[in-house]
Amino acid sequence: MTAQNTTAATPAAKTSAQSKALTPIAWKFPITYTILALVSLIFFGLIGRDGETTFRIATSGDLFAIPDVVVSSTVAGLILSLILVVMAATSVYLALKRITLAAWFPMVFGILFVVSFLAWAGGGSGGVIPLTTLLAGALALSVPLIFGAMCGLVGERSGIINIAIEGQLLAGAFLAAVVASVVKNPYAGLLAAPIAGALVAVILTFFAVKYWVNQIIIGVVLNVLVVGVTSFLYSTVLTEDPELWNARQKLPDLPIPLLSDIPILGRVLFDQNILVYIMYVVVIALQIFVFRSKWGLRMRAVGEHPKAADTVGIKVNFTRVRNTLLAGAIAGLGGAFFTVGSGLAFGKEMSAGQGYIALAAMILGKWNPKGALLAALLFGFSKSLGNTLQSIGTPVANELLLMLPYIVTVLAVAGFVGRVRPPASSGVPYVK
Amino acid sequence: MTKVFGSFVANDHIDLTIEPGEIHALLGENGAGKSTMMNVLYGLYDADGGDILLDDKPVTFAGPGDAVAAGIGMVHQHFMLVPVFTVAESVALGYEPTKSVGLIDLAEARKKVREISSRFNFHLDPDARIEDLPVGAQQRVEIIKALSRDAKILILDEPTAVLTPQETDELISIMRQLKEQGTSIVFITHKLREVRAIADSITVIRRGKIVGEASPESTEAELASQMVGRAVSLTTEKDEADPGDATFQVRGLTVVDKAENVVVDDVSFDVRRGEILAVAGVQGNGQTELAETIIGLTQPRLGSITLDGKNIVGQSVKDRLGSGIGFVPEDRSTDGIIAEFTIRENMILDVYDRPPYAKGLNLKPAVINDEAKKKVEEFDIRLGSVVDPIATLSGGNQQKVVLSRELGRDLRLFIASQPTRGLDVGSIEFVHKRVIAERDAGTPCLIVSTELDEVYGIADRIAVMYSGRIVGVVGADTSREALGLMMAGVPADEALAATAAPDENDAATAAPETNSATTSAEEAK
Amino acid sequence: MTTDISPAPPSPAPPPSAEAEEGKEPNLLREILSGSWLVSVLAIVVALLLGGVLIAVSNAEVVEAAKHIFAAPGSFFSTLFSTVGDAYSALFRGAVFDWNARTTERAIRPLTESLVSGTPLILTGLGIALAFRSGLFNIGGQGQVILGATIAGFLGYALDLPPVVHMLIAAIGGIIGGAIWAGIAGVLKARTGANEVIVTIMLNSIAGYLLGYLLKQGWFTHTTSANPQSRVLDDSSQMFLLLPSPFRLHFGFIIAILATIFVWWLLERSTIGFEFKAVGANPHAARTAGISVSKVTILVMIVAGALAGLGGAAQVLGTEFKLTGGISGSIGFDAITVALLGRSKPLGTFLAGLLFGAFKAGGYLMQSQTGTPIDIVLVVQSVIVLLIAAPPLVRSIFRLPTPALKRKEA
Repeated sequence: MTAQNTTAATPAAKTSAQSKALTPIAWKFPITYTILALVSLIFFGLIGRDGETTFRIATSGDLFAIPDVVVSSTVAGLILSLILVVMAATSVYLALKRITLAAWFPMVFGILFVVSFLAWAGGGSGGVIPLTTLLAGALALSVPLIFGAMCGLVGERSGIINIAIEGQLLAGAFLAAVVASVVKNPYAGLLAAPIAGALVAVILTFFAVKYWVNQIIIGVVLNVLVVGVTSFLYSTVLTEDPELWNARQKLPDLPIPLLSDIPILGRVLFDQNILVYIMYVVVIALQIFVFRSKWGLRMRAVGEHPKAADTVGIKVNFTRVRNTLLAGAIAGLGGAFFTVGSGLAFGKEMSAGQGYIALAAMILGKWNPKGALLAALLFGFSKSLGNTLQSIGTPVANELLLMLPYIVTVLAVAGFVGRVRPPASSGVPYVK
Repeated sequence: MTKVFGSFVANDHIDLTIEPGEIHALLGENGAGKSTMMNVLYGLYDADGGDILLDDKPVTFAGPGDAVAAGIGMVHQHFMLVPVFTVAESVALGYEPTKSVGLIDLAEARKKVREISSRFNFHLDPDARIEDLPVGAQQRVEIIKALSRDAKILILDEPTAVLTPQETDELISIMRQLKEQGTSIVFITHKLREVRAIADSITVIRRGKIVGEASPESTEAELASQMVGRAVSLTTEKDEADPGDATFQVRGLTVVDKAENVVVDDVSFDVRRGEILAVAGVQGNGQTELAETIIGLTQPRLGSITLDGKNIVGQSVKDRLGSGIGFVPEDRSTDGIIAEFTIRENMILDVYDRPPYAKGLNLKPAVINDEAKKKVEEFDIRLGSVVDPIATLSGGNQQKVVLSRELGRDLRLFIASQPTRGLDVGSIEFVHKRVIAERDAGTPCLIVSTELDEVYGIADRIAVMYSGRIVGVVGADTSREALGLMMAGVPADEALAATAAPDENDAATAAPETNSATTSAEEAK
Repeated sequence: MTTDISPAPPSPAPPPSAEAEEGKEPNLLREILSGSWLVSVLAIVVALLLGGVLIAVSNAEVVEAAKHIFAAPGSFFSTLFSTVGDAYSALFRGAVFDWNARTTERAIRPLTESLVSGTPLILTGLGIALAFRSGLFNIGGQGQVILGATIAGFLGYALDLPPVVHMLIAAIGGIIGGAIWAGIAGVLKARTGANEVIVTIMLNSIAGYLLGYLLKQGWFTHTTSANPQSRVLDDSSQMFLLLPSPFRLHFGFIIAILATIFVWWLLERSTIGFEFKAVGANPHAARTAGISVSKVTILVMIVAGALAGLGGAAQVLGTEFKLTGGISGSIGFDAITVALLGRSKPLGTFLAGLLFGAFKAGGYLMQSQTGTPIDIVLVVQSVIVLLIAAPPLVRSIFRLPTPALKRKEA
């Protein structure tokens, strides 16, 4: 028996063995690094822009006053670029040796590249780069994205595709503003926002689970519906008596003692309102519970292989509905950041496509809370960078920076940035 | 116990008794209703009649949870494992040991896996991901799942279908161990050797009914004939074949699937003009892949396929269809028809862009309609209107539509996979007549079938496939017993010798005509 | 039918391939295609009723009257009906025929305005519908409209050509713009299996920023204006009017009619459309029949994008006459609802486009005359589509019988 069998298995075994021995060299990243390093070297270093760039770290009222860092645009660009070139060369060398890069490598590379870029962008006009403002802006712009991405990933990991994050954010923003205004307490708005998000999720699951309507369609249509309802009510009720219905209410900042005094990061991370702190808790909790808890295990099972879950007695559709409602509540909270979180009144369509970026962040983060967080922060940062550059007047167009998250996401789903694999049964109704 | 799907009776008053600590084999062909029955036992389906008694007490299962609680475990044919989970997570799912705030006690889960794993020498790492494990190991995870819930009765649904011979041997020894420890096992299969190797008692099911009990001492040939049924003898009249040149040749064809398993293994054969070569064998021995490779849906790793002197490997499906291959796919509803399309559209599914149905980019509805009506006449298709969706037709009439399409043009080769699966007797006869008519028109015909009746009904020669290889090509007058042995992997000459009739002449005509891969049978142990 | 919606059998490592997605889509198609016209009409009725409720509860007078509902129920109901009635009659007058107008010209102008609003919706809706029929979710109408409008508009003022020729060249530019934009999603789907939903959504945003960027570039806008908008199009590139001014009905509507006929021919009478539909309904059978699924995927997206790009071109060449950041309005998203309401059939999409065009045109009059915000139209539209996607829900609201299932279970 064995003799025959081995010969039969040989071709297969050989090919797989060969493919293992000859794992193709992963050129994608080294090439990317090299191009970026050269761009930095040529444009930010060699061509450069005369003048100095000021990195402003301190903000008024800091415990320790840290002086501004003033660098020559070209010198900084040149030095940073050379480091980048060395790093790129290292990546090429390691790729030839088929050694995978550590996770810190792209991060450090990215940060250095951005700093090099900033030194260049700030030069010429003698610009001041307000670092703290830049980072604080990045976080603020990321908050709704992060909540939205968490909503998306809980839904998809349960098997329900949620394109309606946009609508949930908007509904959350609306209800938070109205309730906070009527009760005259921003915290009341914070309680109301999750209800709005969950209500949108109720419609989503009603059509998706009960009627098996395609979830992408429901999501797209729900977004239109929420825009319609909130804009309609805004134009009628809210504008009629804005003092009663749409007065600004802002969640107060609650600086955390000591932590908030850390230069730069302390200011950015720990001098925030409660919604931001809730966000930290949500992300950390999800990171733990999705992967380590009974709830998370069952959620992932119904999203990946519902029939397997059914055979061990898990109620598939009930689990899906419950989790999607929970996810909707999370997105609703994110929406509250637009109004009570930022101290703004509600405005028509104020979510402005953030729900779609949240979706992108979720995909780029590979359906992991941690990854989605990083992706959302990246998107928030690129937007904040766009804002900062616009205000100091630099040669790079804002729009091109704002495009970046979307382009990265397209590349990600097309498989250029590692393998992106959604939960296997996401979007597939479960029918016994 | 009875289970009905629509008008189809999957299980017809089946009685089955499982003794404690025995291995009870349920033997039957694909679609005989074995799996359905076990799914009812496991609470996945509701029975339409009958009782389940456990230790003489009637029980009802609202869902799998109840069945598990009653001590029934099941290893499904398609594993119920989440590919991205670890072994420990898979075993824990649904019965999670938890610490505070709902966090899973992974240490406990791992311990359980290690415990059972070491008891049976499973060598499973609790932290390995399911998708990284070979199928045999995945199956052991399924067994651990059942055992971790204190299963007293373990149902194994086609457990060896996906295993290599070595893994099968391991599974058999695991089953013996389980039996020693007092677990009853229901072993669903259509593989004869395994049944004989392990079963204490055997129940044979055919078309939803129990057709008999057998003892493990029965010969394989006896079991085979019981399983496929005594000759219903469909009388399809046909003249003696008048074979011409071998215009279709397959040489050294080897096909490897995505998981790098060799599914078609160095297969060579000829089909001559004016003859029907039937490829017999138990489902899943490479016949499907063979047919799909010939039409071009799958690319071979090695070998050549020659039609009229031209190697067609590398050509697109469209080119192959264009060069005169007619193809009736095995899975009609998935590959053969488009359910939403009208009957007349389905009749031109692969010729829509050729004259007379199209001119340039324009379809010619009048011609399509007229041709459709002609074919309805010719093939005796019972329908309301040719513009109704094909989904409104019965399976037999759907298949006639497919046949009318594939036989409705001049062919250089006709391939049909399971052409009569799920059809009523009248339609079967009709299909056979048409195939024979095509043969008589001089077309080489290749028919893949797992139904021995069908093979005998139409074949001029029979090639038997086992484990991706052609065990032998024999004459149509080979005995059922000999074919049964060959389907179990016994080489043609051995099989013929074992069942040889005393008449010397018979044996001579039935002698193997090719001896490719004749020794592969030894693999099956 | 059940086979399509039950989860695929587990494979150890399913790659995110095109095949993996395909199982889901025929189900949607059936949902879209299998309902009856009655369900559509009833869905519109329910949506209008719901819209009426929203109008009523947001109206101060109605709310005031409701407070005295037990004291004076008659007054409540008369306020209720007059408020909702006024809004909807204004909607109708703005969309079809204004019987309050002083001149005949003004009385029939609303109808032509509906056709004007409907033109880009029809064209883009056809693009979405075509993709749906081929099993692809083209959520990227918005981006394709923007690209179409951008290129058509640019050619409209950057080139110097004789009338009609100029317009046609500009329109073809729009077609190419949309085709390229959708083609990206098609190629990525066919080559890498990238989900077209995500890619088209992302391309929508990219297109928006791209246009925003271009409108700040002097070489593109041909103006020195600080506003992010382009020069006004040359007269030679503008779509000529079909009726004398003040009517705005332009040649684009003829194009919409022709495009509807073209899509009908494509889907019902051509070999290409046969391939499209075959791949959409059952990619496995299509492959077995020798149809190249990836080729079809790319081609479908290109044709769909071309139609949407033409919609954008019609908008800029026929109505707007200059490029602005908001050139596309919400045409791309409205077109999805148009295609769904039209059950992805050419004539249905045409009619649905007219209906939603009428809603849009009428919405303006309703807003100006009764103060009912035009946003109510969005609510009505989305409710219509939600209901249409779930025929059983509509049937259960009206207690209609479930149509007899003709299909045989496989």
